[in-house]
Amino acid sequence: MSSSAYAAAPESARPEIRNEYGLFIGGTWCAPQSGRYDVTIDPAREEPIARIAYGGSDDVARAVRSARKAYERWWAPMKPATRAKYLFRIGRAITERSREIAVLESIDGGKPIREARDFDVPTAAAHFFYYAGWADKLEWVLRAGRRPQPLGVCGAIVPWNFPLLMAAWKIAPALACGNTVVLKPAETTPMTALLLAEIARDADLPPGVLNVVTGDGATGAALVAHPGLDKVAFTGSTEVGREIARALAGRETRLTLELGGKAAHILFADAPLDQAIEGVVRGIYFNQGHVCCAGSRLLVEESIFDEIVARLQQRIDRLRLGDPLDKNTDIGAINSRSQLERIDELVRSGVDQGATLMQQRCDLPERGYFYRASFFTNVQSAHRIAREEIFGPVLAVMTFRTPEEAIEKANDTPYGLSAGVWTERGSTNMAVAQRLTAGVVWCNTFNRFDPASPFGGFRESGFGREGGVHGLSEYLA
Amino acid sequence: MKRVCVDAVMLESRANELAARSIKGETKRAWIDLAISCIDLTTLEGRDSPGRVRSLCAKARTPLPGSDAPSVAAVCVYPNFVGIARRALDGSDVRVASVAAAFPAGQSELAVKLADTEQALNAGADEIDMVIDRGAFLSGDEHRVAAEIHAIKGRCGDRHLKVILETGELGSYTAIRRACDLALEAGADTIKSSTGKIGTNATFPTALAMCDSLAAFFRRAGVRRGLKLAGGIRNTKQALGYLAILNETLGESWLEPGSFRIGASALLDDLLLQRERIRTGHYTRPERIPKD
Repeated sequence: MSSSAYAAAPESARPEIRNEYGLFIGGTWCAPQSGRYDVTIDPAREEPIARIAYGGSDDVARAVRSARKAYERWWAPMKPATRAKYLFRIGRAITERSREIAVLESIDGGKPIREARDFDVPTAAAHFFYYAGWADKLEWVLRAGRRPQPLGVCGAIVPWNFPLLMAAWKIAPALACGNTVVLKPAETTPMTALLLAEIARDADLPPGVLNVVTGDGATGAALVAHPGLDKVAFTGSTEVGREIARALAGRETRLTLELGGKAAHILFADAPLDQAIEGVVRGIYFNQGHVCCAGSRLLVEESIFDEIVARLQQRIDRLRLGDPLDKNTDIGAINSRSQLERIDELVRSGVDQGATLMQQRCDLPERGYFYRASFFTNVQSAHRIAREEIFGPVLAVMTFRTPEEAIEKANDTPYGLSAGVWTERGSTNMAVAQRLTAGVVWCNTFNRFDPASPFGGFRESGFGREGGVHGLSEYLA
Repeated sequence: MKRVCVDAVMLESRANELAARSIKGETKRAWIDLAISCIDLTTLEGRDSPGRVRSLCAKARTPLPGSDAPSVAAVCVYPNFVGIARRALDGSDVRVASVAAAFPAGQSELAVKLADTEQALNAGADEIDMVIDRGAFLSGDEHRVAAEIHAIKGRCGDRHLKVILETGELGSYTAIRRACDLALEAGADTIKSSTGKIGTNATFPTALAMCDSLAAFFRRAGVRRGLKLAGGIRNTKQALGYLAILNETLGESWLEPGSFRIGASALLDDLLLQRERIRTGHYTRPERIPKD
């Protein structure tokens, strides 16, 4: 039962890419005072895309000053309904330019064009539309009697797994509440943030309301260290999240952190198994597993373990790994060489510690950073692959006998971002979901997102919520 | 046999994702011919006449005169036209299929159903498309449904039996899956989605649920059984979507007329139109495709 390869179906649209990008500060493109430019590369081809300005601490200071000025002069005093118009305009521009943005996201980050096209871009636009609607209704966000006030200047630091979407998660509610933003995209994926800056300028967003300072971890640290910030919103690794919390200790800067995860699926024997297997596959192999809420552990009721393992192997053999720009690709490129090395190192530790590795049987492209869809059986809770966030297409499969044991194992992690429960019985679903320590519990589905639904974690997965009405209160005094 | 439940949300999302695969180039060219060769070219109208059946048979043998388009898999008619179709298709590989068992509603006694099946077989039908008794199925009388399938398969012997589940009347994907499992266990060679006589016909999620049942039967019994989708499949894009669903659930080996059929009439013209477009690089006038 092999399946044939489809003829190549490459996305033909090519966005216009400049050779060099400056920093977007105060509504204009400017050269970095650091004088330094770094190259961002296409991880599927290992070829340079463009030279990107490196923002040093002087550049960060300039961006914060410009954001402060825009906050005081234009954005905070503006009628909320007028702010909403700008957000609608940005949302509409994202929709209109969706094909171009999707291609850019895929080239810069390695994700399949299908996912960029069907998930990243439309969900990003949806966040702008959703929060545009909230801009003039903010008195409904807080407790009765409290007047909603913006915080001031927000620093948004976003990761490389969903570059545009994570930016939208932060920018849309921040602007809706009357704050201004300095956005620091990830080092390896600056392109769509720069395109978003262009969209903001085309939308006539007042200069300085949105600033984009590209750079690396040091740029982010400089932003966090700047005393002019009123709020920091960070999505990324738990390690960096800790550093940020340390840097902000004793300051009045507000903070939300959306960090790592090691989510568990609990798969009961009475579940709709055909759909559950699809859900598990989608849960871990979506975006090559570069998803903070990825379902990276699978707890299977012991009686169906053999069947599930056999079917998982069969299923991953059918995933199409290859050129991210091919519209039929399921698994694209790993975002960077260093991430590929990290995945490889953790998988080796799994093998060394005695777990059994199963991998997708397929050829890898000759160039580019690729990793086969993989899962482990014979995993012990103490193994590194069962505890550490791999952030790659690697699943750890374990078993349970009773719901009690399943809940205990699912919660046996320092993280608490998401979880999944698969059972046909509504009563089991509710009873188990209630007892999982996770910000999001998906029942008979996984990795579903909506701007109206809050998202965030417990424990080492961070604090604060993004999305929905909860997400607004994080940007209001 | 274990009851299998189906989650509608995930099923629909997966089916629509698969049906949106981008089928281009060589795959598209090959799959258009594949789809043509899997068609059961069908006429099941009150106004059917010997002349119309003969004309349909001529088109089934040579869909587009002067081209190398393959012939279709079968012609599907009412039992009283089987003899005419048989003679019109003599010397070709096109098979004769007949609906039976009180098609389309299935509201009759088993004796009557067996009689019309036998009439079709005696007139030379290669394949029988029977309907299940949905009334019995929905009332929970699964035994009666299975017994009828079993009895009719008994009369068919080694001739091919397709069992029409009329999925649009079954109410849920879980019920559709149950009907599939039941029919396969009772001896159906092929499970078929619809009669084409009601509002809801084959859909992508229905096809996926049926594929899942066939895959499970294959795992359980080691035997490959067939799928036929019917009703409302009118254009090439839909046909390619269904082929993608089969390809990625059951596998490439299922993609041949022995295990996959599409019951249709208008679809053939669109497939020929797209085929000509790929061959010549431009769209031909629809008038150049002969009507049946």
